[in-house]
Amino acid sequence: MVGGWAIAVHGGAGVDPALPVERQEEARRVLARCLSAGAEALRAGALALDVVEMVVRELETDPVFNSGRGSALTRKGTVEMEASIMDGRGRRCGAVSGISTVKNPVSLARLVMERSPHSYLAFDGAEDFARKQGAEIVDNSYFITEENLGMLKLAKAANSIMFDYRVPLTGADTCRASAGLVADVGGELQMMNGLPISIYAPETVGCVVVDSAGRCAAATSTGGLMNKMNGRIGDSPLIGSGTYACEACAVSCTGEGEAIIRSTLARDVAALMEYKGLGLQEAVDYAVKERLDEGKAGLIAVGRNGEVAMGFNTVGMFRGCATEEGLMEVAIW
Amino acid sequence: MGWAIAIHGGAGDIPISLPVEHRAPREATLRHCLDLGVAALRANRPPLDVVELVVRELENSPCYNAGKGSVLTTAGTVEMEACIMDGNTKNCGAVSGLSTVVNAISLARLVMEKTPHIYLAFDGAEAFAREQGVETMDPSHFITPENIERLKNAKEANRVQIDYTQPIKANSTSDQGDSQIGTVGCVAVDNHGNLASATSTGGLVNKMVGRIGDTPMIGSGTYANPFCAVSATGKGESIIRATVARDVAALMEYKGLSLKEAAAYVVEKVPKGNVGLVAVSANGEVTMPFNTTGMFRACATEEGYSEIAIWPLEGNGICDDSQK
Repeated sequence: MVGGWAIAVHGGAGVDPALPVERQEEARRVLARCLSAGAEALRAGALALDVVEMVVRELETDPVFNSGRGSALTRKGTVEMEASIMDGRGRRCGAVSGISTVKNPVSLARLVMERSPHSYLAFDGAEDFARKQGAEIVDNSYFITEENLGMLKLAKAANSIMFDYRVPLTGADTCRASAGLVADVGGELQMMNGLPISIYAPETVGCVVVDSAGRCAAATSTGGLMNKMNGRIGDSPLIGSGTYACEACAVSCTGEGEAIIRSTLARDVAALMEYKGLGLQEAVDYAVKERLDEGKAGLIAVGRNGEVAMGFNTVGMFRGCATEEGLMEVAIW
Repeated sequence: MGWAIAIHGGAGDIPISLPVEHRAPREATLRHCLDLGVAALRANRPPLDVVELVVRELENSPCYNAGKGSVLTTAGTVEMEACIMDGNTKNCGAVSGLSTVVNAISLARLVMEKTPHIYLAFDGAEAFAREQGVETMDPSHFITPENIERLKNAKEANRVQIDYTQPIKANSTSDQGDSQIGTVGCVAVDNHGNLASATSTGGLVNKMVGRIGDTPMIGSGTYANPFCAVSATGKGESIIRATVARDVAALMEYKGLSLKEAAAYVVEKVPKGNVGLVAVSANGEVTMPFNTTGMFRACATEEGYSEIAIWPLEGNGICDDSQK
């Protein structure tokens, strides 16, 4: 397979196997819709960077997934969103964290990349920049859904942190202990501390694209962890961890933020290709298998030659991909 | 194999004409920090403790861009960030946007050890600092007259200065290398091959409020795994793009390069004038390459090699410790 555009999207790794069929269908519909929009743009010759931004904006706007509207809530019941975007050609990048009133964090990340001398802006500084740039601003309440308010209550009741995939951890107050608990769980979702797995788990979102010129780009956006400490930054805005793009490929990750950061997952996929000579799928498989230790995560990737690869060590990952050859697929398990 | 330690006080366009009154205190601080680090390693302190204590010392020194002496944002405020990482476990902690915490590196370590998270920033990080009872001071404590001057120059030149930048006005009073002070960092390995890295900074002169650089980003400014520990300095945006710290380790692991080769390769690929780093390997090797005019640095190994320098030695500024 040489050349041609390709696109992959994700709506998060780690899915409750008991997720009701209606919710699964709803997620598939949103993914399919975003994928189609991206594919259509690529057919019309759009640039990778524009497509990843457009698709992630769609995913941010739809409340079904954990980004923009539908973001997980902090301890204080507020929303703090973060996002990053990277252009493989030149490896330009932009990221934002602590966003609470900007409607589309991924677009703000792009503005940081293109209209500021920096790569990463956060909290008040990022919000000020957004206003100066004329980004669309809404009240923080816009992002908060009833469902997530309910989830936050449950999470607090169990005094636990809930990851994207809704495995509550008990008593563990450190990264190390958390990782250990997940390993005990053996990769299967469990109920812990009497806290039920949610009916539907909103997830981080991401998109990777290689356009018809072979140019790669990646973007990731999230509200983070339910009940997270205010000010907590995860992997999604960190270049090299949740997002990465270079001449060879583009990667977007999802799952346990702390595990993804520790393993610099997105950069590692590219480094395995660049320094170890692995192919795209090989690199993805190696990274997921060897780099996560006890961490649970998934990722999507595209290569400059029009390949798509995905990998995850969780139970399921909301995902979809399409290629110029005509492949179009949306999957959860 | 043996212990080794390397320290930096920032890479940049440090002019050879740097007057002695600016050079001497910085060199003295490096010497003092090196001594502290070496003593700790000799006393079998874990590398994680060693890098933290050395960076604390550098943060407390007003002549380096970290803690007291941090450069100022465009609003004239201080926003400090830091990161620490343990090689064996790859546990890490990072903080950004601190304005009252005396030792950002210690707060980063507390994030690693006392929270389920890796990275806390701004108000949330400050709140955590209070919960933890770490030492805090009024924001004015961190601001030095030199930095107020630097900010003024940068605004006049309408420029965001990297750690070290030659001032545009050749005859300005601060054209003595004094407009340039840098990020600080320390990497260490003990004689069991345990590695750790720590970096701390006030960021860029005249940076936008809320700007985060490479220092707190795992894989960019700071990284440690079972192969090596790396701390980078220079232009944050370039370091992030090149995922400098992670790449040194990745080249060793995936391409089989030696520490020295890997570090040199990474530094060469970043645009000239933008980066420097210090790194140690599990085998007790040290390297300190940079593609800037100079880098405040120091290193020592168990074999007895020790160095404190600013500009390149014999052309390439790489600490030569190949005696084993």
